[in-house]
Amino acid sequence: MSNTDFALAVEDLTVSFDGFKAIDALTLYVDKNELRVIIGPNGAGKTTLLDLICGKTRATAGSIKFKNEELTQMAEHKRVRLGIGRKFQTPSIYENLSVFQNLEVSFPSGRSVFGALAFKCTDAVRERVQAVADDIGLGDKLDTEAGLLSHGQKQWLEIGMLLMQEPELLMLDEPIAGMSARERELTAELLQRICQNRAVIVIEHDMEFVKRIAHKVTVMHQGKILAEGSMDKVQADPKVIDVYLGH
Amino acid sequence: MNALKAWIQRYQLASLVLLAVLLAVVLPLTLDIFRLNLVGKYLTYAFVAIGLVMVWGYGGVLSLGQGVFFGLGGYAMAMFLKLEASDPISTKIQSTPGIPDFMDWNQITELPAFWLPFKSLPLSLAAVIVVPTLLAWLVSFAMFKRRVGGVYFAIITQAVALILTVLIIGQQGYTGGVNGMTDLKTVLGWDTRTDSAKYILYYLCVALLIGAIVLCRFIQTSKLGTLLLAMRDKEDRVRFSGYDVANFKIFTFCLAAALSGIGGALFSLQVGFMSPSFVGIVPSIEMVIYAAVGGRMSLVGAVYGTLLVNAGKTYFSESFPDLWLFLMAGLFIGVTMAFPMGLAGVWEEHIVPWWKSRRQALKEAAVPAPAASAAVAAPAASAAADPLAPTLPDGVSSQSV
Repeated sequence: MSNTDFALAVEDLTVSFDGFKAIDALTLYVDKNELRVIIGPNGAGKTTLLDLICGKTRATAGSIKFKNEELTQMAEHKRVRLGIGRKFQTPSIYENLSVFQNLEVSFPSGRSVFGALAFKCTDAVRERVQAVADDIGLGDKLDTEAGLLSHGQKQWLEIGMLLMQEPELLMLDEPIAGMSARERELTAELLQRICQNRAVIVIEHDMEFVKRIAHKVTVMHQGKILAEGSMDKVQADPKVIDVYLGH
Repeated sequence: MNALKAWIQRYQLASLVLLAVLLAVVLPLTLDIFRLNLVGKYLTYAFVAIGLVMVWGYGGVLSLGQGVFFGLGGYAMAMFLKLEASDPISTKIQSTPGIPDFMDWNQITELPAFWLPFKSLPLSLAAVIVVPTLLAWLVSFAMFKRRVGGVYFAIITQAVALILTVLIIGQQGYTGGVNGMTDLKTVLGWDTRTDSAKYILYYLCVALLIGAIVLCRFIQTSKLGTLLLAMRDKEDRVRFSGYDVANFKIFTFCLAAALSGIGGALFSLQVGFMSPSFVGIVPSIEMVIYAAVGGRMSLVGAVYGTLLVNAGKTYFSESFPDLWLFLMAGLFIGVTMAFPMGLAGVWEEHIVPWWKSRRQALKEAAVPAPAASAAVAAPAASAAADPLAPTLPDGVSSQSV
């Protein structure tokens, strides 16, 4: 398989912070329509990997290709416009704005200065906001100030903001952190719904949750990939048990 | 008429209508022309203050160098006026007639090339907006594209203010030095020093200010306004939603600079001179104080803040000249500590809810109802004040005075 067939192809990616290699010659391929979960102990480089893909951190060496286009030198907003969406670890929403405005601002048009001045909230935009809000379970909270939402709802809202952009690669950093059991359930269903027609990368620690959603699991350790494969295969891997899952 | 009413409600301009009535009707009827001219002078600073509402309040970028843009606009206008005042006949006693007097004093015998465009009124008016905008673009492009912000940006704007002051004072032959440009008299032969001219200039100033507020209001209610608020809160989220954050900041900074330039030009016209004392660090900080006192989220509030602080300055500096600076500093610290949203915030958060609850209570008392319901009504009434501003977040609703 040539790497054009993958949604995302990361090859020999390295980033070093003052000599410390947070990501060390890492190679990773994600298929289209795949939901990949990345697990690993703290400091393994999971979040750094997402930072590198979305452009928050610049790579020292190696290549990141998305839809066969090289990303490493591309500005962040251009990567987003190519179709990469990223949710941050702590819910990153605009607390002072309403749920509607949070979603509306994420609608992918009027992204230049003068485009934004001319942007009109048309019925098409409203319908899209309503559809996404229904999908994330906030359909009846559109006028609520986002800062007043519960922690779990904020996480959903941020996912919703990404869905507004219809990304082809969606990266979620600990989407269920701080959620109740019921909310986790709903989030798992949401993720299964939204991984149609797009690749999704999720970082998560909760093994039950991972088992439920993952198509494939990648285990990272010290900036490298320790194991990769189905959940069962990874869980049985002695190296993984050693460094992460425990005996 | 109804369409106008709907339009006013849509952009929440009721407070602006009130301000317009005050400036265009009440003040001209109650003040003599000397005082009115003084108000007109203060209003030119209000252009800077509303620019700061956009940049600082909305954009979250504090600029301590807005005097630079005020000054550039003012100098552009003053250069035109100075050239007109320096015609060969009235300057015939100079060794080189036809050039501004300060050039003659500094042994300059020919009009410098960069002064030539200012012989034309259209070019000068264009320069009033273009020159400040261009400098603002250069500074902000260099800073924001490199993601310099916050305190560092504020310090750099201070440095720019200092540099420009030093430049103007040092190049006396070209700029008039520390005295600035004085004896500005006519625009295309029209004497700006007569009472009728002062009235006309005052109304021009008010009209442009109202226009500027409407423009800023439009921007605030557009997606760009929402994005500015979003950026102030979570810049990274905006960036990773596909926006080039720097461009939005650059635009807002340039907008504020253009507004300041217009203010400066109106200052030169109304006051009849321009000097480096409106360019440097101190005046730039004073301009921030106007916006802070008025409320940095409120365009209309910023105008009131400007008028009040300047009225106070005029009054106190006449009565206690030595104490004025301390009073000013105290005012700034006091306001930012106690009322971070300024006068507009006090109005919106305290006076309006109090008034509503009072009216509610009076209504309750009028109908025979259980006595307790008046007390219950108070919080309900203050909550009911909120739907006034469905599209605008915290502190912004202060526009709906």
